[in-house]
Amino acid sequence: MDFSPSREWREINARYRLESSMCERCGRIYYPPRDLCPVCRRKSIGAMKTITLPRRGEIVTYSVIHAAPLKGFEGRTPYIVAIVDLGGVRIQTLLTDCEPDEIEIGDEVEAVFRRIREDGERGVIHYGTIFRPVRMPKTSVHAH
Amino acid sequence: MRKVAIIGVGMTKFGELWDKSLRQLLVESGLEALEDASEKRTLRGKDIEAAYIGNMSAGLFNEQEHLAAMLADYTGMTEGNRPATKVEAACASGGVALYNAYLAVASGRYNIVAVCGLEKMTDLLSGSVTDALVSAADREYEAFYGVTFPSLYAMMARRHMHDYGTTLEQLALVAVKNHRNGYYNPKAQFRRLITVEDVYRSPVIADPLRLLHCSPVSDGAATIILADAKTAKKYTDRLVYILACAQASDTLGLYNRKDLTTMESVVSASKVAYETARLKPKDIDFVEAHDCFTIAEIMAYEDLGFCEKGRGGKMIEEGLTEIDGEIPFNPSGGLKAKGHPVGATGVAQAVEVVLQLREEAEQRQVKGAKIGMSHNIGGTGSTAVVTIYGRDV
Amino acid sequence: MANTVGIVGYGSYIPRYRLKVEDIAKANRADGKAIISSLGVYEKSVPNYNEDTITIATEAARNAVEYAGIDPKEIGAIYVGSESHPYAVKPSAVTVGEAIGAAPWFTAADLEFACKAGTAGIQACIGLVAADIIKYGMSIGADTAQSKPGDALEYTASAGGAAYIIGRAEPIAVFEKNLTVSYTTDTPDFWRRERSRYPEHGGRFTGSEAYFKHVINAARRMMELLGRRPDDYDYLVLHMPNCKFPLRASKILGFKLEQIRPSLEVVKNIGNTYSGSSLLGLARVLDGFAEPGDHILMVSYGSGAGSDAFSLEVTDKIEEKRGRTKRVDDYIQDKIYIDYVTYLNHTGVIIK
Repeated sequence: MDFSPSREWREINARYRLESSMCERCGRIYYPPRDLCPVCRRKSIGAMKTITLPRRGEIVTYSVIHAAPLKGFEGRTPYIVAIVDLGGVRIQTLLTDCEPDEIEIGDEVEAVFRRIREDGERGVIHYGTIFRPVRMPKTSVHAH
Repeated sequence: MRKVAIIGVGMTKFGELWDKSLRQLLVESGLEALEDASEKRTLRGKDIEAAYIGNMSAGLFNEQEHLAAMLADYTGMTEGNRPATKVEAACASGGVALYNAYLAVASGRYNIVAVCGLEKMTDLLSGSVTDALVSAADREYEAFYGVTFPSLYAMMARRHMHDYGTTLEQLALVAVKNHRNGYYNPKAQFRRLITVEDVYRSPVIADPLRLLHCSPVSDGAATIILADAKTAKKYTDRLVYILACAQASDTLGLYNRKDLTTMESVVSASKVAYETARLKPKDIDFVEAHDCFTIAEIMAYEDLGFCEKGRGGKMIEEGLTEIDGEIPFNPSGGLKAKGHPVGATGVAQAVEVVLQLREEAEQRQVKGAKIGMSHNIGGTGSTAVVTIYGRDV
Repeated sequence: MANTVGIVGYGSYIPRYRLKVEDIAKANRADGKAIISSLGVYEKSVPNYNEDTITIATEAARNAVEYAGIDPKEIGAIYVGSESHPYAVKPSAVTVGEAIGAAPWFTAADLEFACKAGTAGIQACIGLVAADIIKYGMSIGADTAQSKPGDALEYTASAGGAAYIIGRAEPIAVFEKNLTVSYTTDTPDFWRRERSRYPEHGGRFTGSEAYFKHVINAARRMMELLGRRPDDYDYLVLHMPNCKFPLRASKILGFKLEQIRPSLEVVKNIGNTYSGSSLLGLARVLDGFAEPGDHILMVSYGSGAGSDAFSLEVTDKIEEKRGRTKRVDDYIQDKIYIDYVTYLNHTGVIIK
């Protein structure tokens, strides 16, 4: 199916900058942003403040997709999908720049801006924030 | 509220039914249900006052919407221009259709109502099936990142293993058990025994889940006929009553759950169902559970109250949910072996419960079953329907 | 000094994956040791399949904002210089601007001048800041350089980028006398036609008439204008298509090895990042070498051809801002080696 670019375009604040909504009444934070706090409901109208989530967090759980990938991800198997915790807010994301066997629940991850998918070879490229393990560099710069 | 009975059940074979169309499946299961209900007097199509059809996504699977009209048209309900309604709640569509039909009869609005569950998934190529199914998740904030349904349940499984020490063997045992039960179900998609080794040898789909942890892509339909107790007795004496039917919701996205290893919707729906039926888990004789992936059945043991949170793996390991165990789960073979035409599943579960309670389940019969339960899940637990059935009121 | 325009902050980004030059040589049945000793490049950075000029530019830009400690809304211009913009039409700079939170009140454009489009953007920013049209301008040089499998370029064409925020407030280094010098001619040493996947080049024609002529002329003119000699500089940073060219140019200009060595570590370890090359070289010097009062001469080179020269004086603000973000060496050290087949996969040569 062909979609208007507007469908992904309207999500870019949340995807590019991890913008989310904080209900100023109860302090709960929602990602993606919401216009209404489902806890405070009507009282939250006009009290949903835009904040950005921390760019570091930890892996809550993950799965490595080896087969039956989603359309647009066919050439990328195995790829790693994960839920990460960013200062108490959990989001669904992809893990990148790592091998499946080097990650564990609880590992620290950092945000990176990446291309997520594209509408075919001629269509719009959709970008977003995903995560990669924070690695402690072990090797030194080449002493040539 | 009036007492509601199931007077007739029908179901097509589940599987890759290449030669059957949506409408053929619908008519086949419907006719079987009508025949089944016509024990003392013939139940005619025009006796049915309203119909509900559970279907997840014929729009995506078959490019056909407006299935309620198709149902009315092809089953003869247009005579009298009776109302038909399509209900969608992802893989819980069948269960939610049942819930709505139950309310329609219990409230007194109608005396006889048909509930159909239907899905024809093999018209799409497999890559597109994955994509259609993931519409049950959060498209813009889950599927956008390449998430598939196996991977969502795999993430629950990994967390369950991490938090409670659930093992890959325990997960595999669920598939082994359900294939063993399905072997005796003539309508099951897979009538093939498998071993734990077979599960380990099957290809990885979404680690830690392998192919044999996953329910298949299936075609199929199931229909049940509901009636109030008084009307019901005019048609048949093989009555099965709905003692309770409860539906509950949770967040659309898995990532928004506080606890990834508990389906709050199931906990909540089952609590209401137990209270309504004035029963406890120990009173239930067997369960038809939504084992779309093996981890889902283990979580169902816990969330339905048959064991403490985290003990689910032990339950399968100790054989408690085998067909001759303390609380048999999925005597039909479950979604795993019987097949999972998503919108049909919730209704097909009711069909199996009825057959069991009528002691018509032949070689897979749970001995002495008097109270049965079904557990139908939509998405990652965003919707849950828990129903309790009994032979006696 | 208050009236002088300078670098307010900068940031780098280098992908995590590396391919060893020896492995490329093996795939091409060539003598790896001979190639390494000729080019002075040991390994190159390779983008992941989900990285491109926009993602690299965004990471570098985010680091630059953090280093500068400014509100991104105060950035009035963003230029992305690259020869691998993901779109032929639709600017990379707008995505960068949205991602770092600079939108909507900024001007933006993508620039292309082979490997020197990033420094061309710095010149534009200097002009806009000096004329008090904007408070801060950002220019980014970033590339995921393409090279045909088996081509000589394959040994060095890599990925990375650096972003510079230009302004007057609290600069860590100033452009002396707000000067910048460019030497530009029509010289077809390297090019890529519209719709071609890989660039073509003139082989040995890329040397004396191209790289050396432009770099040396621009450098000499800058020193003449400021009345400087090579000894007056602490560091020299040149465009680094390999290790050999900048070393030879520095020798011709009369600079010593110590003056150019800190920047050369970049090309040795990650190859030629094209639009990012001289800017990452400068970033490494600013990261861990330059002290207040030091002078740095930077000359870029872009095929086609042209060179932009800048003479920088480091201020004491560098000590305050240093260490706020990842350094070039942090990125150089954070690496995962991949084999040649995986590399072809990452760069889209193999379509699964």
